[in-house]
Amino acid sequence: MKIVVAMRQLADLVEELEVNADGTDIDRDFVKFVSNEWDEAALEEALCHKDDGDAEITVVALDEPDVDQTLYTALAKGADRAVKLTGHDPEGWIRTGDRAAILASWLERDDFDLVLTGVQAADDLDGQLAGVLAERLGVRHAAVVVGFHDADSAVQVEQELGGGTVAVSSLELPAVLGIQAARQTPRYASITRIRQAQQTQTIQEVEISAGGSLGGTVRKISPPKKRGGAEMLEGSASEVAERIAELIRSKGLARS
Amino acid sequence: MPVAGKKQLPDVVELESAIVKSPISGREWDVSGSFSRMLNPRVLTDYTYAGFAKIASLTGGESLQNCYGCGKCVPVCPVDLVGEYGPRKIHRRVQTGLDLFKADELWMCTTCANCLRVCPKQVNMVEVMPAVREAAVAAGDIPEELQVVMEKTFRYGNALGENPRKRHAWTKGAGVPVRVLSGDPGPVDVLFYVEDYWSYHPRGQQAAQAFARLLSHAGVDFAILGAEEKTVGDSQRLAGEKGLFEALMEEVVQVLDKYDFRRIVTPDPHGFNALVKEYPKYGHNYEVLHYTQLLAPLVGNLPLTNRIDAKVTFHDPCYLGRHNGEYDAPRTLINAIPGVELIEMGRCKGNSYCCGGGGGGMWLDGFNANHLTERLSERRVREAAETGADILAVCCPYEVSRFEDAAKSTGNERLKVMDISELLDMAIG
Repeated sequence: MKIVVAMRQLADLVEELEVNADGTDIDRDFVKFVSNEWDEAALEEALCHKDDGDAEITVVALDEPDVDQTLYTALAKGADRAVKLTGHDPEGWIRTGDRAAILASWLERDDFDLVLTGVQAADDLDGQLAGVLAERLGVRHAAVVVGFHDADSAVQVEQELGGGTVAVSSLELPAVLGIQAARQTPRYASITRIRQAQQTQTIQEVEISAGGSLGGTVRKISPPKKRGGAEMLEGSASEVAERIAELIRSKGLARS
Repeated sequence: MPVAGKKQLPDVVELESAIVKSPISGREWDVSGSFSRMLNPRVLTDYTYAGFAKIASLTGGESLQNCYGCGKCVPVCPVDLVGEYGPRKIHRRVQTGLDLFKADELWMCTTCANCLRVCPKQVNMVEVMPAVREAAVAAGDIPEELQVVMEKTFRYGNALGENPRKRHAWTKGAGVPVRVLSGDPGPVDVLFYVEDYWSYHPRGQQAAQAFARLLSHAGVDFAILGAEEKTVGDSQRLAGEKGLFEALMEEVVQVLDKYDFRRIVTPDPHGFNALVKEYPKYGHNYEVLHYTQLLAPLVGNLPLTNRIDAKVTFHDPCYLGRHNGEYDAPRTLINAIPGVELIEMGRCKGNSYCCGGGGGGMWLDGFNANHLTERLSERRVREAAETGADILAVCCPYEVSRFEDAAKSTGNERLKVMDISELLDMAIG
């Protein structure tokens, strides 16, 4: 089975994010970028399938800051091929719609059975990428996937629904899956192996001209207003305890 | 039975059934299950050489097979004192079929080198363990706690996963100007290589600030690298990530090459060890001092006029003492403080106990909790408290946090844990 894992880079929250001077994006100058953790789960699930049988894994990502590290790490973990799509502004904010368009125009030329991507990302909390990508490719789609199994020309998919329910359904291939979790925590690629990958393997670069932006225009971006916050209780232990007991009672959490 | 208390029973691998044949009469005895069968000559064909062969094939792994089982290493092993360990036991378990590459025992050695000190056969666990760990890590076998630290170190250049741009945030509280070379790149005498825990840990930052004040008092021309500094990563190397260590070294050397300094001074015995012993193997030679070695000859220039009337005991860091032979400089500094009475612990200098932080132990607290009756740091703090000391003085950035926590968890809050730089700073009038 040919599995394509689409990965994306996000601002690393180790840095405090700031809004840029125009107020239309985060200030990207000093920010480090890391791969989306749900995409890491998608990659892990693909690698588990490769461990189990015969899957061939291609990781694909758009040209974004620090993306090479993500791709080489994926190769070190066991992906067979890494592809970097260029032809856009790598420093800018790539909207999910544009991302789907770029990925779709590459996938249309490439051969695949299954595309996996993270169910969501910090810049795509609605989890639109998998759905929009499937629509553009004209293939089936499932979101919040926590596991899948091969079944000839179809794939059996487990999806997490609300309240702990898991739905099992069958999708005809090819299909796009938004992965919620892999069956195990993402494996470790030792730095030695990542460095070996850097020296012995190459990232294939493909230029995509997807045309102009498809998204709307961002007029203003701002940090959320601070609301509430913690109240520190002062005083002796017994005073504080009394105050806590009072609060618990007043919230109806305990009977007097 | 060690003082520490509970010991796990060892897994004894013996044949379930055994027949002993007399070489004289040819008579055979069935000694299966008999307690006395250990009195017969050991049947060496019970075991294969395969375990040792696999380890000996690794660079650094050759010496484990040299063990002849004298057991001198076991009573001096700091891990054995609080658990079931000791290099001789590891040797025996490999002999009887333990796959060290997959075993939890692989991660418990702190590379403190006390076994090597007493070993008549030069079985060097400081090389054996990192070599086997490296192979295990390459195969993806690494405790999750440690994996996170390796990833953080690779990404941010520090084990704590802190923002690299805030590496010199501590300088704001120093009260003296601290020159950062990227902004002021002229020649400098001392390059103060701050390392991770003095850069980011709140208690480490206090020691870094104290040290900056001491340098300023002693009239030392010094500067730091600030955001350009990355950890040397020696503990990551010993925990099995030689590739990470080498990647860091390339970056460290590239930054060092940009500046004109005479010598490097670091508070971290682990970074010190790598700069002194590992970097030259790759052709990078610098004059490197531990901070106590820089200050010891200058202590006369410090106006140490405030008395500190206290009993002080001192913990020798493994990587300053046993690994690099420096026992005097820290003691010279402690003894220079008026009012201080230095009391040695039973285990000191060459036989100093290990705080548990070396060789990756710093990042395996949860993992080791499954195997040890108490933390090594707790064991050490109890020893320090038993001397009747008021202050436990340290000079390794790992130790203030480790021992402070241990003082709390063992009910010895009365024992203050202070870096020598903080003690000196307090004594300055």
